Amino acid sequence: MQRPEVGVRIGSKMAADEKTLTQTAASEVRPTFEPPEPAVFTLRELSLWYGHKQAIHDVSINFPAQRVAALIGPSGCGKSTILRCLNRMNDLIPGVRVEGRVEYHGNNIYAPEVDAVEVRRRIGMVFQKPNPFPKSIYDNVAFGARVNGYRGSMDEWVEHCLRQAALWDEVKDDLKKSGLALSGGQQQRLCIARALAVQPDVILMDEPCSALDPIATLKIEDLIRELAQEFTIIIVTHNMQQAARVSDYTAFMLLSHEGGPGELIEYGPTNDVFTLPKDKRTEDYITGRFG
Amino acid sequence: MAVRSDPVSLRSSGAVARRQALSRVSRYALLAASLLGVAVLIYLGYETIREGASRLSWDFISSYPSRFADRAGLRSSILGTAWVMGATIVVAFPISIGTAIWIEEFAPRNRLLTLVKLNLANLAGVPSIIYGILGLALFSRYLGLGPSILAGALTLSLMIIPMTVIASQEAIRQVPPSIRDGSLALGATHWQTVRHHVLPGAMPGIMTGIILSVSRAVGETAALIMIGAFTFIAFDNTKLTDDFTTVPIQIYNWTIRPQPEFRQNAAAAIIVLMVAVVSLNLVAAIIRERFRRD
Amino acid sequence: MTRTAFERQLTEIQDDMLVLATMAEAAIERSMDALKDRDVELARQIIADDLKINEKRYNTEERCLELVATQQPLASDLRTIVAVLHIIVDLERIADHAEGNAKLALLLADEPPLKPYIDIPRMAQKGIEMLRASLEAFKDRDTDRARAICEMDDEVDALYDQVYRELLTFMIQDPQSIQRATYLIWVAHNLERIADRVTNICERVVFMVTGHVQEMNISKY
Repeated sequence: MQRPEVGVRIGSKMAADEKTLTQTAASEVRPTFEPPEPAVFTLRELSLWYGHKQAIHDVSINFPAQRVAALIGPSGCGKSTILRCLNRMNDLIPGVRVEGRVEYHGNNIYAPEVDAVEVRRRIGMVFQKPNPFPKSIYDNVAFGARVNGYRGSMDEWVEHCLRQAALWDEVKDDLKKSGLALSGGQQQRLCIARALAVQPDVILMDEPCSALDPIATLKIEDLIRELAQEFTIIIVTHNMQQAARVSDYTAFMLLSHEGGPGELIEYGPTNDVFTLPKDKRTEDYITGRFG
Repeated sequence: MAVRSDPVSLRSSGAVARRQALSRVSRYALLAASLLGVAVLIYLGYETIREGASRLSWDFISSYPSRFADRAGLRSSILGTAWVMGATIVVAFPISIGTAIWIEEFAPRNRLLTLVKLNLANLAGVPSIIYGILGLALFSRYLGLGPSILAGALTLSLMIIPMTVIASQEAIRQVPPSIRDGSLALGATHWQTVRHHVLPGAMPGIMTGIILSVSRAVGETAALIMIGAFTFIAFDNTKLTDDFTTVPIQIYNWTIRPQPEFRQNAAAAIIVLMVAVVSLNLVAAIIRERFRRD
Repeated sequence: MTRTAFERQLTEIQDDMLVLATMAEAAIERSMDALKDRDVELARQIIADDLKINEKRYNTEERCLELVATQQPLASDLRTIVAVLHIIVDLERIADHAEGNAKLALLLADEPPLKPYIDIPRMAQKGIEMLRASLEAFKDRDTDRARAICEMDDEVDALYDQVYRELLTFMIQDPQSIQRATYLIWVAHNLERIADRVTNICERVVFMVTGHVQEMNISKY
């Protein structure tokens, strides 16, 4: 395995015209796709261990600004692990060890002088199961802003965030209602509004729709596309059709072997990955030929 | 598809019937066991009320103890109990919550922590008279506080802190990790998360724990006797350094007197104490219920 | 292997397409026979049978649609189904051209042939060979073969030029022959269109494998 030169790793696009599908051995594949847009996150050979068990191995990938990137793959392949590395939520798990770099706007967020709280201020997260605080809708949204020292008119800011999350019209008559009294889809949009309140530039979403009904799911997907005009969104999803509908770029991950760490197998524009995947393993997964 | 022409009997028979019978028998046995406990309590309660109800009056509550049974009352012991409980809460509450928060949220997960948690569990089971001896040596003698309210409060605090910490720990642990994750993901610090989400969420459970510990301490006799509270108090408590007595001590005092009238006083005082304890438990239950509905 | 029901349906759709191809091939061959033998019955039969070919195409199309709606195929499965959807259109049009030739055979049956038919049957034969080869290329997912077939279209075009010039000469020399010659030009034209349609099929085969659509029938003219 080659070590890249410090700070620089330029990938090359594979030749576009007729490539028949190739069967590639796990250790040979070095996906080298780089999106043309400027990158918000650059992961360089990121590896992570939970205690003795290695969860992900040498993941290098580039997430572009103001686009939606989707991470797909079978259960346990490390997609959520990668997501949680981006805002250092993995720090909360005891026994976690990280190697490699995660660069946010060029700065390695795992450098020793970096404060995880500062990182999380700038990178919002929405979880799989909606988890609004047991407070009023207003306080849910206001909490993040207050805690980070927001100085302006809180009423206006709460309204702004709820509008951005496409929830304002449904709740504007009773902001004092408890966040838990909303429906699942509304709760998730509340969580999105809450994340927006701290003015992040990236929003991470970990299977945001898996606990929701189909209509709520579609509303959130529409919301994601709208938010992508302003924010960078990285979404982990089990649902391939959702990844196909919602994302601009898709990354496919897979365990390198039974019980082994997860690896990045293929990364490219969503259309390409879903109509003409380069790696046979991607093709097999997408067409449902295995798990 | 074959249609059964003979009527199918669904009444239990054979092995099923025997198992059902066993199930019924065990149900009745358990019911009897529970009723036994309840029956004993009812009997005791009835006897006490029968003996002491007639003695209950405003005079009884507002009079000082006396050599004369018909003039003796609960005034000083009620005030003493109130003062000691108040001081105990003031001392124990912050220490218990603080310890619980530290253990659950901030302590590094190492062997020292395991040792601390193990010790707490042990301390919760230590007999109260041991606390009394400790209180006597440490607070009454060494710190020179004598048989004062402060010494009593400190002793009782030591006694209830372990169980309160454990109850508070439970309450804190009940707060779902998803709430913590949500707060931290917004860029809140650990302390902000504890202060705004964990504590408010755990507070009902903590309150319940405190109230239950207090209701245990209200009935505490041995420990307080050890530090010297077994005296004749005929004045109102006005400061922490006062000597004091409590309702349970007064009850004990009256029951060891030979005159039967004092036993009546004791019964009446027991009624008062029971009312206090039951009310406290009721409050705890109400808080728990409201918390569960949320 | 998962998705056995889907696999089965996908295979069945491709089989249906191959059946449709066989029906089209038969139509070409039979229409040539009707022309050569001046067989009016056969010609009428071919025209009637074209309805069955249309029906087969619509059936297959419906099954493709159903598979897309219920199974959300992706990647190579999706490309296969899209390719099938396009190819059955081409096959049905090929059969229409053959039916056109059967109608022309009816019109030409009254009079004796203008000249012995040599080049026209050769065009038909080439067309049939190309059609068979293109379906083989589909089955084998063979893009090289598909490209090679497109080269054969040039031969058919050359034959058409030859036929056209020859019939033109006839028409100039003998005005009586203009009607029959015109009909024969149309027959040759149909056969030339059939070969073009086959090149479309080959383009779809390449698309199915590579994901790119490439025009492969650049005419020399």
